[in-house]
Amino acid sequence: MDILTWGRTPWGEWMLTHISWDLLWASLFAGFAFLVAHASYMLLSAHRKRDAAETDRLEATRADLPVRIARHSLAARLFHWVMAAAMFTLLLTAFLPIAGVKFPWVEWHWMAGLVLTASIVFHIIHATVWMDFWSIWVGPKDMPELKAELMRELGREVDGPKPGKYPLGNRLYHLVIVLSALVVVTSGLFMMVRVRTPLFARNPYLLSDAKWGLTYVAHGLAGVALVGLVIAHVYFAMRPEKWWITKSMILGWITRRQYLEHHDPQRWVAR
Amino acid sequence: MGVIRDVMPAFELFQPTSIDSALELLDRHGSGAWILAGGLDSFDWLKDRIKRPSAVVDLSGVADLKGVRPMGDGLEIGAMTTLTEVVRHPVVKEKFSILMKAAEAAASPQIRNQGTIGGNVSQDTRCWYYRAGWSCYRAGGNICYADTPTAINREHAILHADRCVAVNPSDTSPALIALQAEMVIHSRDGERVVPAEEYFIGPGVDITRMTVLRTGELLTSIRLPGTWAGAHFYFEKVADRNVWDFPLVNVAAATVMSGDTIDRMRIAVNGVAATPLRLPAVENAVRGKKRDEATAVAAGDLAIAGAVPLHHNAYKVPMLRNLVRRAVRGTEPTFA
Repeated sequence: MDILTWGRTPWGEWMLTHISWDLLWASLFAGFAFLVAHASYMLLSAHRKRDAAETDRLEATRADLPVRIARHSLAARLFHWVMAAAMFTLLLTAFLPIAGVKFPWVEWHWMAGLVLTASIVFHIIHATVWMDFWSIWVGPKDMPELKAELMRELGREVDGPKPGKYPLGNRLYHLVIVLSALVVVTSGLFMMVRVRTPLFARNPYLLSDAKWGLTYVAHGLAGVALVGLVIAHVYFAMRPEKWWITKSMILGWITRRQYLEHHDPQRWVAR
Repeated sequence: MGVIRDVMPAFELFQPTSIDSALELLDRHGSGAWILAGGLDSFDWLKDRIKRPSAVVDLSGVADLKGVRPMGDGLEIGAMTTLTEVVRHPVVKEKFSILMKAAEAAASPQIRNQGTIGGNVSQDTRCWYYRAGWSCYRAGGNICYADTPTAINREHAILHADRCVAVNPSDTSPALIALQAEMVIHSRDGERVVPAEEYFIGPGVDITRMTVLRTGELLTSIRLPGTWAGAHFYFEKVADRNVWDFPLVNVAAATVMSGDTIDRMRIAVNGVAATPLRLPAVENAVRGKKRDEATAVAAGDLAIAGAVPLHHNAYKVPMLRNLVRRAVRGTEPTFA
């Protein structure tokens, strides 16, 4: 299997052109393999949930909390679904032609790319100004939570910390998707200068051949990575035990019981 | 042009004598197979060592692919029929003279003796950046060398460019579109028939192909229905030379009149986009109109709508407009 493809410049020099599309199939395979492996583990393992009686006890002591706990604002939900629509359009317009479904895809692709870019810019401003910016990020401080979550996945009862607003897996996923999306959007904006749009004057000489090659490779690598990441995201969104999170991205709230069952009220103070 | 070497790269040569055995070979060798018709496009690629197929399937021994046969009130032309045979065929001359003129306009007498109609419609683009073997979009790379500020792009596209600005160089294609021809394609999976205007693929859909032919498929014949037999025909080609040259722009139109008004028309042009273009907007605009100067002028303006010239080919815009005007008018201007 090839990883990169190479071409020759008019001056006879070898240059990178883009990634090998074999990587698309590798990413698809990895995405579905993860899905099968995780689903099998969930069927066979004894992962630990908070005990129902314990949750009953917590709910009784926290009757002061509202029945519905706001989890995602309307703006945050709109961003999520606009970004999702743009991401699916981008992935379908990028990879269906490679899979053999031929159609005029370039215009749809760059337009969806602009929607994704705009939604990301909105999200950065919204998260920085109006949301608890640091609640989604991971760092060394989360090591105890990682250890506790791993033990719970293995069926052990541990006293370690529960998640704040976002579960650890959610935060790790966010980190990877941020990196991939920033690479794909930045490289994509450069690549738009090479195609005809009403927005820019075309300038194929903006970068050197070598830098263009790296730009295309970065775009391709981030693109195929997003295939696997989106498969994993959709899979988790559809899992029965995660459905309450998905529902909150539609309705904006979770129940008091879900809040107490899955979160540490000290780390995410509900209002 | 690339540097033509003396020796072609090594490949296995197959010379089947039937369509079935040709299809079996194409199926067996997949994307490594190269279909050889008259060889006029193929040998450039092979001698330039730009294309390096592992197997060449020479169709010259397949008798079923040759000749012109009656089919209902029309004709079926084998894909390996030479352009000269098309030009000289009495029924083509009598009923479909637009195809005779288009085939006669291609290249030179020697080339028409060797070149086939199937090869003429399936030939690759002549963009020299692409044919030099550079890694352009059409060759699987990430740039169009012809669409840069310093490119020599006098012969390139003014319409429907999508990253690649190469044009289709066929003379017979617009005539076949005007005649509502159908392309018969065979593979091991069977037969499919494609209208002529859908036989060609633009870069927006697939930047590395000129036609809908997929790996393992073979254009076996071209069917001309009787629909436009004996209509008023117009074909004109503008090239830098009168012989042995590709079109800068060409136009083909078939018109059926009702009194002094246009009852219906099919019109197609080539040399302005990566595919020959049928002009349905023009066809609709002239239907029911008098065949006069006003109609011709309006049609010419419609034909160039959306044209985006490159650095060196703005001349193609008035050229296309004027050729469409002449086709609608039905007469070439006379010069003193």
